[in-house]
Amino acid sequence: MSYLEDVGTLAAKDLRLELRSRDTVPAMLLFVVSTLVVFNFALPAGASADAAYGLLWAALVFTAILGLTRAFAAEREQRVLDGLVLAPSDRSAIWLGKVIAVVAFLGLAEIVALPAFALFFQPVSWELVAGVALASVGFAAVGTLLAAMAAASRARELLLPLLFLPLVIPIVVGGVGASIADDPGRYLGFLALYDLIFAILSWASFEYVVTE
Amino acid sequence: MLAAAAAGLLLLGISLAFYWVPDAPIEGFRQRIFYIHVPIALTAYACFFWAAWKALRLLWTRDQRYDLESYTAVHMGVIFGILTLVTGSIWARTSWGVWWTWSERQLVLFLVLFLFYSAYFMLRFSVDPGPRRANMSAVYALFGVVLIPVSFLAIRLADELIHPVVFTRDVNSNLVGSQLLTFGICFAGMLALAASLYTNELTGKRLDERLSELREALS
Amino acid sequence: MIAARGLGRSFGSKRVLRDLDLDVAERDLLLVTGPNGSGKSTLLALCAGLLAPTRGELEVKAERGRIGYLAHEPLVYRELTALENLDLYGRLYRVAERRERIGMLLERYGLWEARRERVATFSRGMQQRLALCRTLLHDPDLLLLDEPYAGLDEEGVALLDAELRSLAGTRTLLLATHDPERVASLATGTLALG
Repeated sequence: MSYLEDVGTLAAKDLRLELRSRDTVPAMLLFVVSTLVVFNFALPAGASADAAYGLLWAALVFTAILGLTRAFAAEREQRVLDGLVLAPSDRSAIWLGKVIAVVAFLGLAEIVALPAFALFFQPVSWELVAGVALASVGFAAVGTLLAAMAAASRARELLLPLLFLPLVIPIVVGGVGASIADDPGRYLGFLALYDLIFAILSWASFEYVVTE
Repeated sequence: MLAAAAAGLLLLGISLAFYWVPDAPIEGFRQRIFYIHVPIALTAYACFFWAAWKALRLLWTRDQRYDLESYTAVHMGVIFGILTLVTGSIWARTSWGVWWTWSERQLVLFLVLFLFYSAYFMLRFSVDPGPRRANMSAVYALFGVVLIPVSFLAIRLADELIHPVVFTRDVNSNLVGSQLLTFGICFAGMLALAASLYTNELTGKRLDERLSELREALS
Repeated sequence: MIAARGLGRSFGSKRVLRDLDLDVAERDLLLVTGPNGSGKSTLLALCAGLLAPTRGELEVKAERGRIGYLAHEPLVYRELTALENLDLYGRLYRVAERRERIGMLLERYGLWEARRERVATFSRGMQQRLALCRTLLHDPDLLLLDEPYAGLDEEGVALLDAELRSLAGTRTLLLATHDPERVASLATGTLALG
């Protein structure tokens, strides 16, 4: 199916670009670890164990924002996005290819962040890992669409967090729930629902964000 | 005409709310703000859904006319949203002595929506006017209405995780006849108010548009 | 192939194109001339489908995959090589015999030696040539060229002259340029904007 081929082509392109320039993922790795260290100093002595999990999720949100700010950087600089949009391939393939790359970058950051968190703060359960995985999909799906909007605006880096944060509040709830609740399954189910709804919505509406 | 209807309905509704309807069983007189607060909240939702509908029409037909309609509806929604937060805060103050509480789900939902739709304006301000901005605003407005139920679900789930102090309100969900009628009138009044403000602002903006078009044509 | 009636495009309150009527038949070569800011680039972007009209109507009877658009920017990734860029576009445009076609174009435009170099290392002239390769890669029916000679050295200019001469009469071309004399002999019509 040529649609999937297009997605593959575009995802490969994004991964190759990152491999070559190596500017986004290292920054994300460093950022998430630094943030966790800052949070250690931000947590008062008597803070509950649960509070640490909350801060982990805050760190993940901001790391996602950092990564997403760069998502369309290459396309924006050279107006390459116009070239991609003009191609006969489906515009949503651009979104999907980019989402795959963003998930990959987030995943790399999380592979570092979770062990670091376990080392600094609290143990990491399987439910937490599942929650992080589901959340990454949600961050990427919604974030990629919003990043495309921000790329077309004058405010750029400033706009993305403003658009992103209200939309991902449910992800944070789901993620924290999966980390600390007695019944994490419910929260994981909610995350999956969020991902489904917003991935479909983003996939379908990406076309309208990059065309006139 | 719409404005007159709005004024009339609201006047009637509010008088009924304060003088006619019996006192609520436990809360007493304070509860009456319910007749203002809840219709305002529901009207805000209605505005956001109206905006999403217009947004959908824009994306479907690519007719730029809908952009202004969608934008104005969001504007109305935000105004009523702010009023919801204010009246809700007052109600919280009179009920529990605090200006804010995270256990009041509707209030929290409106806070999230307020942030979301404020970002809508940031989006519009930072993109040059044109079909592109119209498209993006429309997509964002659609995300908004999808966010409403999802957020509500999230807030409900969050309740279990976060809130040490839970304020409850003895909401007797069975409203008696007079209460229902009063509520209905207030709700209709608020909707009429929103509709008349909406039409007002839309007409004004369209006039502005026409004016600048004529100015352009003459230059 | 292209028909416009009362076409207008504004950016905010600034009207760039106003009330334009246009008819371009297949295999025409239309020269679009005018001073800076007269809307040449805007017109081409409209025909490419990147912009939508804010007024009037525009009909372009060419599918997306059959349009070749050369913009001010080369629309290539700076961190990818010439080969990688063309391969990307070749795949997206479903170019038949992709490798051969890419090789042929790179050779023709003197970029074969530099094919594995990142575009960031290219000179302006080389980037423009690569952009031309990108534009011609999928053998488009409609070519929209915005200042194609910009940045080209003597050799590049000669290559482009030859390309245009072979394309004229077999494809539809819209050419925006500051230097209309160069291609005047090939043009079937001129549109003066501004």
